Amino acid sequence: MKPIKKFFDNIRPHFEKGGKLERFYYTYEGFESFAFTPPTVTKVGSHIRDAIDMKRTMIFVVVALLPAALFGMWNVGYQHFLAIGQESTLLANFWYGFLKWLPLQIVVFAVGMPIEFIFADIRKHEVAEGFIVSAFLIPLILPPDIPLWMVAVATAFAVLIGKEAFGGSGMNIMNPALLARVFLFFAYPAHISGDKVWIAGLPDTMSGATPLGIAASGDMSAMPSIMDRFLGFIPGSIGETSTLAILLGAAFLLYTGIASYRIMISVFAGGFLMGVIFNLWGANDYMMIPAWEQLTMGGFAFGAVFMATDPVSASQTNTGKWIYGFLIGLLAVLIRVFNPAYPEGIMMAILLMNVFAPLIDHYVVQANVKRRMKRAQFAVKKIKGI
Amino acid sequence: MSRSIKLKKGLDIQLLGEAEKVIAPLETLQYALKPTDFPGIFPKLLVKAGDTVKAGTPVFYDKYREEIKVCSPVSGTVTDIVRGEKRALLEIRIEADKDQEYLDFGKADPSALSGDEIKEKLLTSGLWPSLIQRPYAVVADYDKKPKTIIVSGFNTAPLAPDMDMLVHGHGPEFQTGLDALAKMTDGVVHLNLKKDAPVSKVFEKSKNVQINYFDGPHPAGNPGIQLHHLDPLNKGQVAWYLSPCAVMRIGRLFLTGKYDDSRLVALTGSEVKRPGYYRLTGGAQLKEMFSNNLSDAKNRIISGDVLTGTKIPEDGYLGFYDNQVTVIPEGDHSEFLGWIMPGFKKYSTSRAFFSWLTPQKKYRLDTNLHGGVRSFVVTGEMEKFFPMDILPMYLIKAILVKDIDQMENLGIYEVGPEDFALAEFANTSKENLQKIVREGLEYLRKEMN
Repeated sequence: MKPIKKFFDNIRPHFEKGGKLERFYYTYEGFESFAFTPPTVTKVGSHIRDAIDMKRTMIFVVVALLPAALFGMWNVGYQHFLAIGQESTLLANFWYGFLKWLPLQIVVFAVGMPIEFIFADIRKHEVAEGFIVSAFLIPLILPPDIPLWMVAVATAFAVLIGKEAFGGSGMNIMNPALLARVFLFFAYPAHISGDKVWIAGLPDTMSGATPLGIAASGDMSAMPSIMDRFLGFIPGSIGETSTLAILLGAAFLLYTGIASYRIMISVFAGGFLMGVIFNLWGANDYMMIPAWEQLTMGGFAFGAVFMATDPVSASQTNTGKWIYGFLIGLLAVLIRVFNPAYPEGIMMAILLMNVFAPLIDHYVVQANVKRRMKRAQFAVKKIKGI
Repeated sequence: MSRSIKLKKGLDIQLLGEAEKVIAPLETLQYALKPTDFPGIFPKLLVKAGDTVKAGTPVFYDKYREEIKVCSPVSGTVTDIVRGEKRALLEIRIEADKDQEYLDFGKADPSALSGDEIKEKLLTSGLWPSLIQRPYAVVADYDKKPKTIIVSGFNTAPLAPDMDMLVHGHGPEFQTGLDALAKMTDGVVHLNLKKDAPVSKVFEKSKNVQINYFDGPHPAGNPGIQLHHLDPLNKGQVAWYLSPCAVMRIGRLFLTGKYDDSRLVALTGSEVKRPGYYRLTGGAQLKEMFSNNLSDAKNRIISGDVLTGTKIPEDGYLGFYDNQVTVIPEGDHSEFLGWIMPGFKKYSTSRAFFSWLTPQKKYRLDTNLHGGVRSFVVTGEMEKFFPMDILPMYLIKAILVKDIDQMENLGIYEVGPEDFALAEFANTSKENLQKIVREGLEYLRKEMN
């Protein structure tokens, strides 16, 4: 610990005003504050402050991702060895999946971090931590065999167009991680849809459809059991398959108070309600899937817990959060059932509602304003004695 | 008609170092008036170094509202005029005489005077700045009658002094003050007390006033919060508020004819060895209070409470509106990988630290900012600590973009910086909300006048 402190103290002068590397000060600051919490004290306003900060908040989301990520790595291996018909151990499964995940993660960081640091140095603000979460999210919502250069392009797109173009962390309109995925989905659909991409190293002769793909094809006989879907022993994007692991993360986020329970509950409620409506309608087999089973399929749970709750792109008023989440759930199930071209309805639903979140907030804010206006008019009437 | 109001939002931060109920006198001859204490006053000096003053002699006045004067709390000699950047007036130091002389403003019975006569008396005697108004949270304008006056009879801020200690035995002064205030408004004077808490006899026996009860954590004791729930302010209306000590000061003026700013001050905080009460006169130098009484740590001394007070040096002076001094440790230290450490001793309103496993009854918090300043990311956080029907984050954003219409629509006339203090404490992005609100209020006031 002391040598590290000494190291930072030694190189600090180069980055400070007048130093050779002055223009990279914020990159330096990013690394230093990562190693040591800054010794800054309050100057104006409240003299004491809550111990929470952005780093802690973001890291806790990453911690919440761990169950889904670890299970996902194991599942990548499990699906692979199952498909090629080879016996395997728990550790071998995990190791195989880990080696599939690691390059994706490295590429995302290698592309995204420099962009973040460059923009921080240009704009002269401290490096925001939002990207840490996006960076861990991106590999988990991709199929294991996706080409790395595509991941690089998608990450650059998400960070540049999705975030920095709007002014950086806190200013973006859409969720950057989902933006990376939707970019791949429209730019390279063959690599992120269909029934060939969800199992690593899948032999050409075999099909590895996800439950969503199976449901969309209408052949329900191939559907894995509900237990398999809930626990996650199914093909899919790396981190999305196990609803149970995701719910563990959700419990952690709700307990620590980092994610909004309003959004999480309302997404599940919206999806469930749409499922019930479809059950009653019952026009085809897809509609007949029990409402609650809809919530275990595809990325629904992952989206509800980790994507919809992104505070920046979600509604910001408490009332708005209920509406926003509810509509996401509703639309997600609606899209996946009605449009076989977009089996992953949750991705579309969240991005769509990201765009509409400010509108929802606008009406919530206007309601508050109207209450105040009404009060003022009442007061005037009282004075005039009307 | 007494009302009882329950507030749920807010937070009582439990800190170490509550004042014990013992009173000691504080002897000093050094006093100072700090124009920066008075919100909304642009000071113009009336004295220069070397002048002699009496208790009640005007020392400076407001450039834009010339009848508002601030007077010397003691008789003595002006020793020094301290200026800061751009010649901003920081302190007018006065060395007190051994024997105090008071200007005589004349005894009077407020019930026999008209509202205008009372106003005149408060303006000439320098007691007017005790009155703060909403909108803008500044020293009250004298040309507008308030629709209501709020006196908060309890203070919910961390380590706040016990109100009964401050007013005990001053019943006649308090009542006379209330009588004077009642003459200045066509509406009601509200005296708000904490529900289900021991009530001071002085408050209990008060007449000519409507007594209401509030239940809930800090900031339930803030007059702005109480105003919002009792009689919310609309555009064009004015309300005043003042502390019980200011009411007593006004009462004393009418009973004795003197400007007598003697008050009790609670010395609190984890770094104080013997926290307790001191009897002194407003503007006093506090040095004596601290000798052999503070821990050896590097400390921050605050005139006021930890959420809204002002940092002062060890030889600094008490703020005009303060009945409390708090001493807490400075937090200029770093922590290795602090963002992932369990944080058993950290205090947070979130449960992102494991301190909920080892809850302490009371905390020793320092002045560390705990992180860097960021854009707003986390939402719904301010709302938890803001018990008004106002959307705090939207209001802050309207202020930041200087959108006057939106500020009005979102209720800026009802808020003061101190109402945002808890939200500022809890803010993950470490934005200085109180400063933003103060600047917004100043901007609006300038644009409106």
